[in-house]
Amino acid sequence: MTTLRIEGRGVIGVPLVLGFALTAVLGPWVAPYRPRAIDLAHSLEGPTALHWLGTSDNGVDVLSVLLVGARLAAVVSVSTVCLSALLGVLLGGGATFLGGRWSSVMARLTDAAQSFPSLVVNMGVLALVSRPGVAHMIAALSVTGWVGYARVARAEVLRLESREFVTAARALGAGEARVFFRHVLPNALGPLWVQATFGLGATVLAEASLSFLGLGPGAAASWGALLDQGTAHLLHTPRIAMVAGVAISATVLGFNLTGDWLRDQLDPRA
Amino acid sequence: MRWLGFFARRMVSGLGTVFAVASLCFFALHALPGDPVDVLLDETASGAERAQLRGALRLDQPLVAQYVGFVTDLVARGMGRSFVHPERTALAEVWRVWPSTAVLAVAAMGVAWAVAIPLAVLAARRPGSRTDAAVGVSSLVAMALPSVWTGPLLVLLFCVILRVLPFPGPDAAGPSGLVLPALTLGASMAGILTRMGRSALREVLREPYIAAARAKGLSEPVVLVAHALRSAMVPLMTVGGAQLSALLGGAVVTEKVFERRGLGSLFLESLLRRDVPVALACVVAVACTVVLVQLMLDVAYAWVDPRIRSAG
Repeated sequence: MTTLRIEGRGVIGVPLVLGFALTAVLGPWVAPYRPRAIDLAHSLEGPTALHWLGTSDNGVDVLSVLLVGARLAAVVSVSTVCLSALLGVLLGGGATFLGGRWSSVMARLTDAAQSFPSLVVNMGVLALVSRPGVAHMIAALSVTGWVGYARVARAEVLRLESREFVTAARALGAGEARVFFRHVLPNALGPLWVQATFGLGATVLAEASLSFLGLGPGAAASWGALLDQGTAHLLHTPRIAMVAGVAISATVLGFNLTGDWLRDQLDPRA
Repeated sequence: MRWLGFFARRMVSGLGTVFAVASLCFFALHALPGDPVDVLLDETASGAERAQLRGALRLDQPLVAQYVGFVTDLVARGMGRSFVHPERTALAEVWRVWPSTAVLAVAAMGVAWAVAIPLAVLAARRPGSRTDAAVGVSSLVAMALPSVWTGPLLVLLFCVILRVLPFPGPDAAGPSGLVLPALTLGASMAGILTRMGRSALREVLREPYIAAARAKGLSEPVVLVAHALRSAMVPLMTVGGAQLSALLGGAVVTEKVFERRGLGSLFLESLLRRDVPVALACVVAVACTVVLVQLMLDVAYAWVDPRIRSAG
């Protein structure tokens, strides 16, 4: 078991990720207002004692949207990464492990899927429903998300399948499924964790972009939708776009730094 | 002659891919549970709108006839008529926005490569140095800054505070309106390219032939650019190709911020208006370009790397 040491890029990345996690867990409870509470008398106000980060149009409290939006970003990104990783490992890793035709078909499929712009696919899937919700968002992001995990799982299976311990397990009479899940997969987890960390950041970004375009879950407070509002009032009230942009960027940067740190920790030679 | 055969084979398989993507979209639309018309239109849609969509999707015919009609549209009829602008074919709608997308994509690629290559060389020259660390962190920051945010930030800085560039909108046509969108898209792509370039260069610089080139007495710039960078180009071109493909539809966020027309915004607009022929035409256009970019990449690989050339 490797012990992880907080050093290098982890010094900034890990606290950013922990801060995001904490906001996502506590945010909706500590938010001072409901993120949809309309107060037309106080629209587009600057920071006051009542509204620490000011209000957006319709007088919605920006801090509350930010806190509640963190929960949405976390739910979407964690669910998407879990679903994508599961699909990617089973499809990419499994097909490669079975070998032969399965392996080459899967290799071509992942290559083709990777070269197609994922945002276009996400937009297309979300547009298939007239009122996208959180589950639709997760599904749309997973349709493209699994490819990265499939590629990592494939590379790991190719690296591991001819190792002695795999041959030994087979010689001892282990079935293919047991060899894959008990011997190959546990040794492939390191690169998958790194991929998942970067994936969380990328999903937060993708969710924000899709919500910015108006394809997000309409009923929920979202950072991307807040940024969309902020852009509309950029000339007079740049503060709203700033707040949303800083939140998104800090979260994505946190995951990217943590991913780099995790890679260095798990594989010090690279 | 070998090249001609290579091209012919690749064109056929490329057309096959485009056809497969289009068919996938067709069947995805039909595999949805329930009536596609109910799924695509919300409950406020009028009976006439429903009838129009039903007729245009040929839902009153058997599935095989629907598919044959779809393929005929694809091959011979410019992918059918737009629902919103029935006087134009869906393909014509795509052609109208195509130049604007292509110009932006090329400009953004130019920005990204002009920034990324010098930075990657600087960083890889002395691994572990302060320059290396600074380049590493700034490329991570560039990757984390979403274009949904850098776009408005640049507008705020250049159009509102400094007032040196026109505010986004119909007035911002021409080269001066292209600067900010190209910077916005280029910056985030430059982050990934710099990281890739740095790690590719570091690996190449450990090869014996680099030591040999240095031992021959070649100057450091010649070693770095003519020998190391050339080998490092192959992984960089792979990333660059993927980015170019992603720019086609993925520039939609930047297009929205800067109120530009483009393939991405046409796709989004057609999706929101349920203009199915135009949406399908956009997907086909993206698929065609992806295939074309892959073909260009294969030629470029062979041009850059003699080992690939001799392998045929």
